[in-house]
Amino acid sequence: MSYASTAGHDEHHDHPTGILRWLTTTNHKDIGTMYLIFSLIMFMVGGLMILAVRVELFQPGMQLMQPDFYNQLIGVHALVMIFAALMPAATGFANWMLPLQLGAPDMALPRLNNWGFWLLPPAAILLTLPFTLALFGIGDGAIATGWTFYAPLSVQGGIGVDFAIFAVHILGISSVMGSINVIVTIFNMRAPGMTLMKMPMFAWGWLITAFLLIATIPVLAGAVTMLLTDRHFGTHFFNAAGGGDPILFQHLFWFFGHPEVYILLLPVWGFMPQILQTFARKPMYGYKAQVYSFWGIGILSVVVWAHHFFTVGMPVPALIYFMFSTMAISVPLAVLFFCWIATMWRGSMTFETPMLFAVGWIILFGIGGLTGLVLADVAADAQYHHTYFVVAHFHYTLFAGGIMGIMAGVYYWLPKMTGHMYNENLGKLHFWLTAISFNLTFIPQFFLGLAGMPRRIPDYALQFADFNAVSTVAALVLGLSQLLFIYNIVSCARGGKKATDRVWEGSDGLEWTLPSPPPYHSFTEQPVIK
Amino acid sequence: MVMQLIRKMGLFLILGLNSFAAIAQEAKWNLPEPVTPVARDIFQIHNQFMLVIFVMFIVVLAIMIYSIFKHRKSRGYQAATFTGPTTRSQIAWTLVPFAILLYIDFILMGIPAVHSIQLMEDTKQGAEMVVKVTGSQWRWQYEYMDGEAEGIKFVSNLTTPQEQIYNQEEKGENYLLEVDNHFVVPVDKKVRILITANDVIHTWWVPAFGSARDAIPGFLRETWIEVEKPGTYRGQCKELCGKGHGFMPIVVDALPEEEFKAWVVAKKGEMEAATAGADKEWTKEELITHGKGVYEKNCAVCHQANGQGMPPAFPPLTGSAIVAGPNFDADGKLMVDSHLDRVWNGKNIMPGWKGTLNDVDIAAVVTYERNALGNSVGDMLQPAQVKALR
Repeated sequence: MSYASTAGHDEHHDHPTGILRWLTTTNHKDIGTMYLIFSLIMFMVGGLMILAVRVELFQPGMQLMQPDFYNQLIGVHALVMIFAALMPAATGFANWMLPLQLGAPDMALPRLNNWGFWLLPPAAILLTLPFTLALFGIGDGAIATGWTFYAPLSVQGGIGVDFAIFAVHILGISSVMGSINVIVTIFNMRAPGMTLMKMPMFAWGWLITAFLLIATIPVLAGAVTMLLTDRHFGTHFFNAAGGGDPILFQHLFWFFGHPEVYILLLPVWGFMPQILQTFARKPMYGYKAQVYSFWGIGILSVVVWAHHFFTVGMPVPALIYFMFSTMAISVPLAVLFFCWIATMWRGSMTFETPMLFAVGWIILFGIGGLTGLVLADVAADAQYHHTYFVVAHFHYTLFAGGIMGIMAGVYYWLPKMTGHMYNENLGKLHFWLTAISFNLTFIPQFFLGLAGMPRRIPDYALQFADFNAVSTVAALVLGLSQLLFIYNIVSCARGGKKATDRVWEGSDGLEWTLPSPPPYHSFTEQPVIK
Repeated sequence: MVMQLIRKMGLFLILGLNSFAAIAQEAKWNLPEPVTPVARDIFQIHNQFMLVIFVMFIVVLAIMIYSIFKHRKSRGYQAATFTGPTTRSQIAWTLVPFAILLYIDFILMGIPAVHSIQLMEDTKQGAEMVVKVTGSQWRWQYEYMDGEAEGIKFVSNLTTPQEQIYNQEEKGENYLLEVDNHFVVPVDKKVRILITANDVIHTWWVPAFGSARDAIPGFLRETWIEVEKPGTYRGQCKELCGKGHGFMPIVVDALPEEEFKAWVVAKKGEMEAATAGADKEWTKEELITHGKGVYEKNCAVCHQANGQGMPPAFPPLTGSAIVAGPNFDADGKLMVDSHLDRVWNGKNIMPGWKGTLNDVDIAAVVTYERNALGNSVGDMLQPAQVKALR
């Protein structure tokens, strides 16, 4: 293919410059970049919130803040990290990489794409504005119910709950639009010859994610709207005195909430085998098995929701069903682990930063998965539920499995996106600091949970002091190490060693056939897949 | 070389298992010592399951570490090209790990799990006593429903002083895990516990009992305990229930049969004395002194010890128009939105106290709020007036 003609084509366009360029862009790379930058900023915002919480928990007693403010921080931390950091990061990669990997010039619906992104900043402002309003004496701060909005606590809550409800609505609309775009792109814009079963794994991960989002986001939107009418218009969906049921909210919320876990993880599961095969210099193991596992997990994920609230009291058959269906997820997940490790096996591996993150990710996400298996056990869950054991478990899945996965993707594709190599030594340092301090933050939390420390408490009994102190110090190191990440990204964007088209010795896939950085309209001529 | 590595791995595995078993014994590193049949069951399941996932983790990690050190480009290892199992025996071997996993999920761990669910949910059979537990923001109330203890009813409040929480005083031994009225149960008796809540969802949980059940407003849920060892057991609410979530502990005294009976007699006497107090004429000073204690225990968490509140959610009582207004109209009827009405029935986030405080407590706390915290309304409320409202 001739790239010279592509570059020439770019010049015909009359692009606005400055802020207008970014406001009006319909280019998948520009939008992808904005998603990723937005995600990085919100990752820092959410991180700062939780560091304040960790510092408060450094010692028993209340030092920094009042319990009410503490509750606001933990809830908004979760909402920010899930909806404004992890999900936009995955969407950013989808925007950047799907057209490149599928051999398309752009996403299928570029204007929708622009709109999808520009809904995010207002939503993020809605989420965090109540903190500022409270400073001026308006309302009593942000949502203080945790990210789960459980009624009736959320019915009782202040103005922050309304702000969070509208933020979730907007974020939901944005996600659904992003999903539609992904599905349409994947179904219509693949290069000739690229059948679904020849499509890159990342596209498969995102395809399932997109379907899950479209299936579950409306349920969440409905649930929070019911909450809104309970709060302001006198309905009683979640009020027993009016014939409602508080537990109905939990069913609706987790019908979204459980698939959400896979929504966050499937894109990562998609590109991770690509990273592994690149650095193992060996083709991916079990492509078909992985695709079928994605489907299996996608389907199972919408029928296991009640394992998030075993302790509310359910009929025995329901408990047994939700326990066994949850345990069943371990089978397709084990297939994935098997394939990832088999992809490494007998490869010719080198350990650049993306590979370090990928290998660390398999191990740490494995801990998250295994502890999840134990949590599925209804009886044992009575002890683990709502303690720090659960907190540690889902940070192994969502920080290690989610964010460290995203970091692997960033290092993997950054040279392709910017055209420069990042600083390898700094990258490796970032990995080791992150992996070590992450474990030192969360391993003590497993023990805290077993020793009986409930989650979401602003102050704790003296026997929990040692573990909490260790966890806080490690969390501060974890937070500070992310500055290396930002520094590395910024300096890579500004310059550095020129990246080749292939970037990595073992890279395989259409995105590596384009120059680094790729031209403005990725593929103006469709490549043909044999 | 390979054999050596495998031997090393095996040694590592044994060491790991030993240290795992060792730390499993130590309370700080594991679930607390179980004292009920359910907790014992859970403890066993937990230890076994932890061992299983630990072994799985170590085995997989060992394979990965082997591969990481062996299959390196820097050691000149040539990459293979396989993308899946090809021969029949390879396919069979690929299925082995999944067969093991299915066995672990549904048989090794699945069968004991079903048994313990059945045990956990068997709340009625052979229950010798029924107690109703009500969660509210942010205290627990216990009500004995049958048998000799029938009619005993009390609220259990955190007793850790604010000074300890805000680091002005040395923290006590049971910091945040101490209450005024312990929940008392006899040992070796199956106690059926009915659980509900007044306002939002709470979870009643004592780790040593293994039972955690949500308290849901408007619904009755149940669990059971049969404490096998006398002693004092402490737990906490574990469902986020507002700003006092970390400050509503549970303390249970499990007493031998005789001691439990003695406690029942003593508690009933105490309650009679309190009821009798409602009929007596109290002086203002007596009411204020008693009311201060009630206020600090129940009201100060929101309205603050000095009455300044935490506006806008929790209004100040100092200088409040509601506190300054009259309680009864000309006909002697309780006025809507009066001070006593607010304390008695509550409104929005403010809970009603008629079910949780006795007549003397309510009269005393209303009198206290009207004559202290910077207020000087001057009048007082007699317990007999409160009693007349019931």
